[in-house]
Amino acid sequence: MGTYSTNEFKNGLKIIIEGDPCNIVDNEVVKPGKGQAFNRVRLKNLKTGRAWEKTFKSGESVEAADVMETNMEYLYCDDEFWYFMDPVTFEQVPASAAAIEEAKPFLKEQEKCIITLWNGAPLTVTLPNFVEIAVGETDPGLKGDTAQGATKPATLVTGAVVRVPLFIDEGEVLKIDTRTGEYVSRA
Amino acid sequence: MIEKTGANPAALNPQNAAQCLAKRAATLASIRQYFAEQTVLEVETPLLGQYPVTDPQLENLRVDNPFVTSPDDVKYLYLATSPEYSMKQLLSLGSGSIYQITKAFRQDAPGRLHAMEFTMLEWYRLDYDMEALIDDVAALIHRLLPNIGVEKISYRDAFIRYAKVDPLIASSDELEAIVKQNIDVSFSHQSKDVWLDLLLTHCVEQNLGQKGMTFLFDYPASQSALARLGTDSDNKKIAKRFELYINGIELANGYHELNDAVEQRQRFEADNQLRLQTGQPAHEIDAGLAEALDRGLPNCAGVALGLDRLLLLL
Repeated sequence: MGTYSTNEFKNGLKIIIEGDPCNIVDNEVVKPGKGQAFNRVRLKNLKTGRAWEKTFKSGESVEAADVMETNMEYLYCDDEFWYFMDPVTFEQVPASAAAIEEAKPFLKEQEKCIITLWNGAPLTVTLPNFVEIAVGETDPGLKGDTAQGATKPATLVTGAVVRVPLFIDEGEVLKIDTRTGEYVSRA
Repeated sequence: MIEKTGANPAALNPQNAAQCLAKRAATLASIRQYFAEQTVLEVETPLLGQYPVTDPQLENLRVDNPFVTSPDDVKYLYLATSPEYSMKQLLSLGSGSIYQITKAFRQDAPGRLHAMEFTMLEWYRLDYDMEALIDDVAALIHRLLPNIGVEKISYRDAFIRYAKVDPLIASSDELEAIVKQNIDVSFSHQSKDVWLDLLLTHCVEQNLGQKGMTFLFDYPASQSALARLGTDSDNKKIAKRFELYINGIELANGYHELNDAVEQRQRFEADNQLRLQTGQPAHEIDAGLAEALDRGLPNCAGVALGLDRLLLLL
């Protein structure tokens, strides 16, 4: 396994801290004029999502995390895993509940996702910024209610509940911004 | 950020270039005016030298010597990390009080407040001690930033106030314990000075210079660099060294200059020992400086001020 020197630290670099893969979110070198230089680094643990600040002595080496991002398509889930497929090689990988936690409310079959693989296993699943999902359940809109901006809850077929305009009916396909979890428009 | 202060065309844009350049020029003129009034002589010294510094925390940038004709010729020339050694040669030759505005070069990772090339104002005052030089720095800064406050706090009091530890008494184990209560660090078992530097940069500095200038003075004897040693009001051994902070940013570093040639040589040897322990090459002592020390450095105090950082604040 390779290592990175603190001189190579930059945003987006993936390193191993206490056995977990972490992403460098911010890196600042601090140095008293005549003293020891340090790298003050903001890290995000890619397994737990925890973000925190850690300080390294400049010149130290840190283990590199063998992390790569790849495009994969969601297939199905069993009781334990969510299965994704590489559209080129048709290779399938199982993702754990923790890995799909963030994507889960808007994850539907055949969705093309970005999978972050660590040592070949999915670490996180990132949805496209916009997805199209059908409404599973919502109260009928009231005829003639023209109040501007009035919304009601709608449960999507993937399980997420979003606020939608009153005119949306069950079965309609909606465009959702997965970064905010909000309704954008009818698809 | 510091490269946007007018010395680097690549960091300027048509919207602010003229304003930025005018500010820089006016600041330099104001500084020269101050020293002219004080009859401190402007000097210029070489940027290229034969000797890298022994300071364990500084690394010179070097260039190939293109004129090597015999094995005795030096292979590399080194860009000055500060004009200190050259200016001390001038002092030993009887220059009197002198100042210089020059470039300095260091192998520092570029960042918000660091660049490999920066502009330094360095000056020496004959027969000044640390306290007199602090007042001199404050007077110069007041020319550029009138009416800002001046606070003086010892290194020891600042640590007691902001890091809740006495830096002169605490052992390295005690400092390590305090660091680890406050900061997640990737290392253990370091020298006392590493823990002090860590507490300084992480817990103390951001509180300094919040109402104007803060002079941090009387450094631990282990961080004396080229300052002479003395005792504080509590009879603790300290270095007659100070730093100036404004808005949490370190702007200047000054000493009541050590002029004992024997002690200075011992410190260079100790620097080299430390360099070897940390896997860095040891460096020969600058012959010009050695000569100056032998000839005799007059009683003086000197300070280096980062001009680009100062310009950021104007």
